[in-house]
Amino acid sequence: MTKFFEPPISDSAIQFWDSTRERRLVLPWCAACEHPFWYPREVCPRCLGGPVEWREASGSGEVHAVSVQHRPGPMRDPAAGPYAVALVDLAEGVRIMTNIVGCEPDAATVGMAVRVTWEPLADGRHLAQFEPA
Amino acid sequence: MSDRTLRGLTAIVGVADDVSPTGELERHGRRLEAAMVSEALADAGLTLADVDGICYAGMATGLAEYLGVHPRYVDGTMVGGSSYELHLEHAAAAIAAGLCEVVVSVYAATPRSDRRRGAGGQRGGPAFGGPNPMAEWEMPYGLAMPMGAYALAASRHMACYGTTSEQLAQIAVDTRRWAAMNPRARFRDPITIADVLASPMQASPLHLLDCCLVTDGAGAFVVTSAERAGDLAKPPIYVLGAATGSDHQMISQMPDLTTTAGARSGPAAFAMAGIKPDEVDLLMAYDSFTITALLHLEDLGFCPKGEGGAFAEDGKLGPGGSLPTNTNGGGLSYTHPGQYGMFLLVEAVRQLRGECGSRQVIDPQIGVAHGSGGVLSTMGTIVLGTGSTR
Ligand SMILES: [Zn+2]
Repeated sequence: MTKFFEPPISDSAIQFWDSTRERRLVLPWCAACEHPFWYPREVCPRCLGGPVEWREASGSGEVHAVSVQHRPGPMRDPAAGPYAVALVDLAEGVRIMTNIVGCEPDAATVGMAVRVTWEPLADGRHLAQFEPA
Repeated sequence: MSDRTLRGLTAIVGVADDVSPTGELERHGRRLEAAMVSEALADAGLTLADVDGICYAGMATGLAEYLGVHPRYVDGTMVGGSSYELHLEHAAAAIAAGLCEVVVSVYAATPRSDRRRGAGGQRGGPAFGGPNPMAEWEMPYGLAMPMGAYALAASRHMACYGTTSEQLAQIAVDTRRWAAMNPRARFRDPITIADVLASPMQASPLHLLDCCLVTDGAGAFVVTSAERAGDLAKPPIYVLGAATGSDHQMISQMPDLTTTAGARSGPAAFAMAGIKPDEVDLLMAYDSFTITALLHLEDLGFCPKGEGGAFAEDGKLGPGGSLPTNTNGGGLSYTHPGQYGMFLLVEAVRQLRGECGSRQVIDPQIGVAHGSGGVLSTMGTIVLGTGSTR
């Protein structure tokens, strides 16, 4: 099992992390702007208003940029070998950081269609990762 | 954005830096900062008693207290590597507005010798105050910082514009050619494109030789009004233009991975100075990584967006080239203690004064120092000129 830097849970992202316990990817939407945003925060970064609603995401997206890490980042096990970190554009229009799994790290390319997959964390939450669609 | 109100109203009158080819310095901490302040003031022909403004990328009052200065202008702007370009911009505006007259900015960091002293390195990790969304939304994915963030920008640039690893490597090769002429540079042996491509991959597509150094280093500058600058020890180097652009803190929030906020700060600073890119004799463009320098070439308008790779390919950034760039050897080969922006200004001033010995550019009149802070987050562009340009 891959070792991860355990993400903290900010007050504005409790529902996000709770959803990952059921392997559900949700996004914060501003009900006033009718627009999703990323990352989760107390107010909408377009209007500084809200309310913020959590809506189910399709889980599909496209690789926007990708880098294979040959020197492991925070908490990663050097023995596990290189891995791909990517920015993925979700179908809903937000861009998130993630890992590309399910293929050789170097096979992950810009423009590749991907879909969400889940990696368990120690506390029952899951980390959203993406694999070739 | 064509406001020219600051043009020529202030000048850098003193500079200092301390860098060693070993990458390590004997002095550190406040003692090193104090030495830099002292040397920069001596370079200017001023004394501590003349200083009424302090800039410091941190708690500026602590430094002022240590120095025994009671400033009437204090700027603690901390945006990473470009903090010193922003300090100069702010100080120039403050002096022009009559808030103060002689401002000193100083920087010292000794990540390399700190390891030996057991103080721990200062590099990497979130170096910013406030809430840290990076821990929640980036760090679990294991992006190696800071190079991974720049690697993502390089990935996108390559995919959009066909930029190659060879083109990025050329920037490292030309920067090393400059470093060969700087006796204080950490790395001076010539390298080839093949050497860069054969160096260990760090975060694809960036190899080890695409990445800046980790060294000790320190520096300071003194800025004052044009009136007062006229009768000091060295020829004044005038601030002709200055501007800031900032558009994210975390790389995953960068609006466009291939265009930095320098695309705003660069043209704004050039407009203030009343210059065009082809009038720049010397470019000091923050090179934390080869991709960083390449993005600056495009965003400052030296070539169109997407053509930075082809622009750099013929070696025009190196000695004898048409756009002498990073003539001290840059963050890639001279020094990089973490916030390299101070050294951009120090080298630009020395080149414009004609003090650079064997690496001296022939008779430069206009120099640009372009700092990049965070992960391509905050850009500060400064246009400097000799007396003939004022
Ligand atoms: Zn809104």
